[in-house]
Amino acid sequence: VDDLYRDYILDHYRNPRNFGELPEATHRYHDTNPLCGDEITMYLAVEDGRVEDVRFTGRGCAISQASASILTEEVKGKTLDELRAIDREHVLENLGIPISPARVKCALLGLKALKGSAWGLTEWPGEERERAAKS
Amino acid sequence: VAVKVAEARPAPLDVERIRADFPILSRRVGGRPVVYLDNASTTQKPRQVIEAMSRVYEQHNANIHRGVYEFSERTTELFEGAREKVARFINARATREIVFVRNSTEAINLVMYAWGRENVHRGDRIVTSVLEHHSNFVPWQQLAKDVGAEFVVVDIDDDGRLRRDQFRSELERGARLVALTHTSNGMGTVNPIGELVAEARAAGATVLVDAAQSVPHAPVDARAIGCDFLVFSGHKMLGPTAAGVLWARAELLEAMRPFQFGGDMISRVSAERTEWNEVPWKFEAGTSAYVEAIGLGAAVDYLTGVGLEAVHEHERALMAHLLPRLREVPGVTIFGPRDLDHRSGVVSFVMDGIHPHDAATIFDREGVCVRAGHHCNQPLMTRLGVPATTRASVYLYNTVEECDALLGAIASAKRIFGV
Repeated sequence: VDDLYRDYILDHYRNPRNFGELPEATHRYHDTNPLCGDEITMYLAVEDGRVEDVRFTGRGCAISQASASILTEEVKGKTLDELRAIDREHVLENLGIPISPARVKCALLGLKALKGSAWGLTEWPGEERERAAKS
Repeated sequence: VAVKVAEARPAPLDVERIRADFPILSRRVGGRPVVYLDNASTTQKPRQVIEAMSRVYEQHNANIHRGVYEFSERTTELFEGAREKVARFINARATREIVFVRNSTEAINLVMYAWGRENVHRGDRIVTSVLEHHSNFVPWQQLAKDVGAEFVVVDIDDDGRLRRDQFRSELERGARLVALTHTSNGMGTVNPIGELVAEARAAGATVLVDAAQSVPHAPVDARAIGCDFLVFSGHKMLGPTAAGVLWARAELLEAMRPFQFGGDMISRVSAERTEWNEVPWKFEAGTSAYVEAIGLGAAVDYLTGVGLEAVHEHERALMAHLLPRLREVPGVTIFGPRDLDHRSGVVSFVMDGIHPHDAATIFDREGVCVRAGHHCNQPLMTRLGVPATTRASVYLYNTVEECDALLGAIASAKRIFGV
C-alpha cells in the first residue's frame, strides 16, 4: 500500500464528493495553482450564516482534488464562523498523508478556494496569518 | 555530382567512465540509486568542474581585471581563458563576441533592453513561436507592448514542428526581430535553425537564437547558424549556475548601449561624462561571476574531451530505446515529433488518469527525478491542450538501464492509480 496515494485518497480523486456546480450558490470562487494548472471552483449556498450546501468543480492532481472533496464533506452544515477555524494545519492533518513541501499548495487549493468563496480571502492558507504576525 | 563520403561515426561514449566523474550520481534516494532525468532543467557537475572552481578559491582567488598581483593576474587569465574556450566551442569569430551573463534569460533581457529598445519601434513586428521558453517570449511580448510593436507567435503543426508556411508568410509581412529557439525545452522539437535563420535574415530581420537546449547536446556553430544573437546557460552543460553566455556579432555589440552601469564596464569616468569599456566588458558591469565562468571553461573542456558528436549519438540511442517502449504503454501520450531526426533527448508525455505531478511524486519514490509542470512553456501547454506534462530529459551520463527505471516507475504509477 502506498503511504501517499492511499485508497481513500484515490477514491476521493476518482469519485469526488459534492462534485458539480451549485446553481443556488450564494458564494462562489475560482482559484488555480498556476505552477501545475490545478483548478478548483467552490460553491456555497449560505443561509442564516450556515452552509446549507456545498459543491466544487475542478481538475488537477489527485492531492488537490481529493483534498477539496474531503473538505466539502466537512463544511456542509457548518456556520461561517466554524468555517473560519479550518486552517492549513487542519486540512493537512485531515488528509492524513505526508505532504512534501512541493505539494503543499496542491493540498491547500481547496481550502484557499473555500476561504475565497466564504469571505474573499485570496492568499494561501497559512500565509495570511504570517502577514498578520509580521504587522 | 557530389560523392557522398561516409561520415566517420564518433566513438561511442564510455558511459561508466563518465559516470565515475560525477559524484552526485552515486547517491541513493529512498534506498535506490538516483536516476537523474531532469537535464533540461539543469545538469549535474563532473569533479573536473567542481575542482576547477575549488582551485580558484583555495589557491589564487582575487578579483579580476584589477590587481597587479599574482592572484588577480592568474584568476583574470583563467577567466579570459574561459571566454576563449567558449568562443571556440561555438565557433565565434572572436572572444570579444562572448559576453558572460547569469543565464540565457539574462542574455535575452540584455538584448531586449540594450538592442530592442533602440531598434524596435512602433508598428514593427517581432516574430517568435509557441515553442519558446518564457524567457524568449515574455521579454519580447513586453517590449512589443512598451513600444507599440506587433508580437507574432508562429504555431506548430500536429507533429509538434514549427509551421514553416506560417513562418514564411509572417516574414513576408515584415519582421524587425525574429526570436526562435533551436531546441524546444518543453517537448524536444529540434528546429531546422539554419534554414529558419536564413529565411529570417533574407527578410531583413535581426535574429536571436535561444540555444540553451542545443549547445549542451550537439555541436553548435554560431557562425554557421548565421544569427545575430545566440544565448545559452552554462548550468545546462555541466557548468555551474550563474555562468550564462550571450554571443553576438561584434559590430552589434559595439553599436549597443550598455545594459547595466557600474564598475568594470567603463574606460573613463568624470563628473561630466563616462566612456564605455570595449566589448565584451562594456556589458559586464560589476564583479562578474568569474569563478563560475572558470567552471564553465572546465565544463567546455570536459564536453570537448568527450566530443559533442558522441554526446549527441548517445542521447539519440537512449531515445531510440525509450520512445518506442513508452509509446507502447497504454494510456501514455507523447508530445513532439515522431521522427528522431527532429527530436532532442527530451520527452514530454501525459498519462490517462494520472496528473503529471502525481506521476512525478511516485517516480521520486523510485529515485527517478523528472520534471512535472508547464516547463516555463505555458503557451505550448495551451497549444497542446494540457495543463502540464511529465518531462524526462537525458544527458551524456544517462544509461539504458535508467530509461528502463523510468518505464518501471511509470508502471508503478499506473498500478497505484489502477489505470
